[in-house]
Amino acid sequence: MDLTKEQLLVTYRKMRMIRSFEEKLSELVTAGKLGGFLHLYAGQEAVAAGVCGRLDERDYVSTTHRGHGHCIAKGVRAKGMMAELFGRSTGVCKGKGGSMHIADLEAGMLGANGIVGAGIPLATGAALTCKVKNTGGVAVAFFGDGASNQGQFHEALNMAANWKLPAVYVVENNGWGEFTPTEFVVPVKDIAVRADSYAMRSDIADGNDFFDVYEKAGLAVEAARAGEGPTLLECKTYRYYGHYVGDPLAYRSKAEAEKWKTERDPLDAFESRVVGDAMLEAEELRRIDGEVTAELDAAVEAAENDPLPDPASLYEDVYAQE
Amino acid sequence: MAREITVAAAINEALRIALEMDPDVVLMGEDVAGGGTREAEGTDEAGGIMGTTRGLVTQFGNERVLDTPISEMGMLGTAVGAALTGLRPIVELMFIDFLGVCLDPLLNQASKLRYMFGGKARVPLTVRTVTGAGMQSAAQHSQSLYWITAGIPGLKTVIPSNAYDAKGLLLASIRSDDPVVFCEPKGVLFDSCDVPEGDYIVPLGKAAVSREGSDITLVGMGATVKMALAAAEALAADGTSAEVIDLRSLAPLDEQTVLTSLEKTGRLVVVDEATPRCGIASDIARLCVTKGFDFLDAPVGCVTAPHTPVPFSAILEQAYMPSPDKIVAAVRELS
Ligand SMILES: Cc1ncc(C[n+]2csc(CCOP(=O)(O)OP(=O)(O)O)c2C)c(N)n1
Repeated sequence: MDLTKEQLLVTYRKMRMIRSFEEKLSELVTAGKLGGFLHLYAGQEAVAAGVCGRLDERDYVSTTHRGHGHCIAKGVRAKGMMAELFGRSTGVCKGKGGSMHIADLEAGMLGANGIVGAGIPLATGAALTCKVKNTGGVAVAFFGDGASNQGQFHEALNMAANWKLPAVYVVENNGWGEFTPTEFVVPVKDIAVRADSYAMRSDIADGNDFFDVYEKAGLAVEAARAGEGPTLLECKTYRYYGHYVGDPLAYRSKAEAEKWKTERDPLDAFESRVVGDAMLEAEELRRIDGEVTAELDAAVEAAENDPLPDPASLYEDVYAQE
Repeated sequence: MAREITVAAAINEALRIALEMDPDVVLMGEDVAGGGTREAEGTDEAGGIMGTTRGLVTQFGNERVLDTPISEMGMLGTAVGAALTGLRPIVELMFIDFLGVCLDPLLNQASKLRYMFGGKARVPLTVRTVTGAGMQSAAQHSQSLYWITAGIPGLKTVIPSNAYDAKGLLLASIRSDDPVVFCEPKGVLFDSCDVPEGDYIVPLGKAAVSREGSDITLVGMGATVKMALAAAEALAADGTSAEVIDLRSLAPLDEQTVLTSLEKTGRLVVVDEATPRCGIASDIARLCVTKGFDFLDAPVGCVTAPHTPVPFSAILEQAYMPSPDKIVAAVRELS
């Protein structure tokens, strides 16, 4: 694997930050300190880290309602995200977007999205920009198994394949769409086969194994950059929390979740691989754990004390200032 | 026998009655069954994002209570086709914001088939959908887009403000031979009142007088009725007697009930959760000046959301939404 020690450390930091960020949010909501609907990404960290590990500042990503992980992996800072979730004027979207619309165009993050499937054509459009402007950039759409049932998925993939756009479609198959098991609503076992209808390249990765995702995302991104067109990459994974924080999870068996957490955890898998292969020391990881915790605590404290938006800002940013 | 239940429970009851009474009624939507009838141990059905369909799949089976993929365009179009050919479908569109991905079946199909086919078609379709702000769900899960459906000829649009009306209006919607959009406002979904156990309807196209008064008419719909009632209470304290009208149906609109009240009071403030342009509030203002001009002693007041998307931050969302205080202020401005 072509990963330097530095890259491995960065990867672990991202995955740890995503996990801790989501755990912190769950705590804050339960304590009544945060409002709105929060869809947590814990359990799927290896996908965001594995794919974004192949991207640079020329590249774009679009995501879904479950988008915190992709933001962090693409380089959006926890501080601005936390302030946004607290509805502060210092948030990355000035408190206007919240969790479902968190975005940072400077980091190439085209936004979480409240409309299932809507990020897929947005990334397709970004891929068109990269192609027309010849930037060498690639656009990645992250979305769930459920979103692959939307018309927007099929329409966008067809166009991207026809136009040979530099796009990668990453479907994170976590087995559930809200409270409905995927097999209730998707008749094929592998969503990857849907690429066949568009004569598009496809691949399947173990979404809980960073190294597998990293390798397969590498092939897809390389192909896109080389002008060979898009790939549909299916990552099989699992969502640890409920659909949103507060979801009583009555529809899903505890044993199913427990099994994933104890046997397939992406952070544990990463650690045993890098420590087992003597690529990193366990102490280095613990040091990162501590740094992440400190960064998050500071982000929460800052967010709690940051100013609320001026009510007059309600009327701002509706149209361009012309 | 009546007992106190929530709007959500009243909706559940109406759905159960409709499914029991008519074998042509089917219910479909995302998560409406949601794991129900699933064999796996330790699971229970979710019954929709608001729990309004809980228990229905267990009673009626998943031929009549269908979980759909997240495919609103396909789901609504399918429901229109089924309605056209003899079923009486009820579709749950989780939030009215998602009209954005499935407008065609309503705009160009359901609403127009009867007319385009020379009166030979009927489309007995009910689309249930959650509307409104107030839960920090931000710009794509908080809109009050009923002005879009109310503006489409051939569609009916209703919005209850309490559990009694919710049950009766929903049963009337399901039994209507026209397509109806049934709004479920977040602001009242978990409010309770007395609701009879049995089968009854509240007719479509009839407004209600929720509180009688003589000095000013407050017109509300859905969650703004509650705000208008609170404002009326506050106004009563300093001697202004406000009458509160609950529109209940946005299309067809009960013009007469509004005009009768305006004739009595001479002043009117309409309160709408939606944005101000091209909407129900402007319809009511238009009604007042076209058919009630002689009754008017003051300009028509409009308390609506501003012409902006719905913001996330709680402080901004509060500034966005109508409230009893804003209604009282608007009334004071007229007098
Ligand atoms: C157009 C649209 N339909 C429905 C919803 C409600 N909704 C939000 S998330 C979700 C499930 C999405 O499942 P999936 O795409 O598999 O992503 P996951 O939640 O598993 O990450 C649904 C139905 C929505 N936000 N937008």
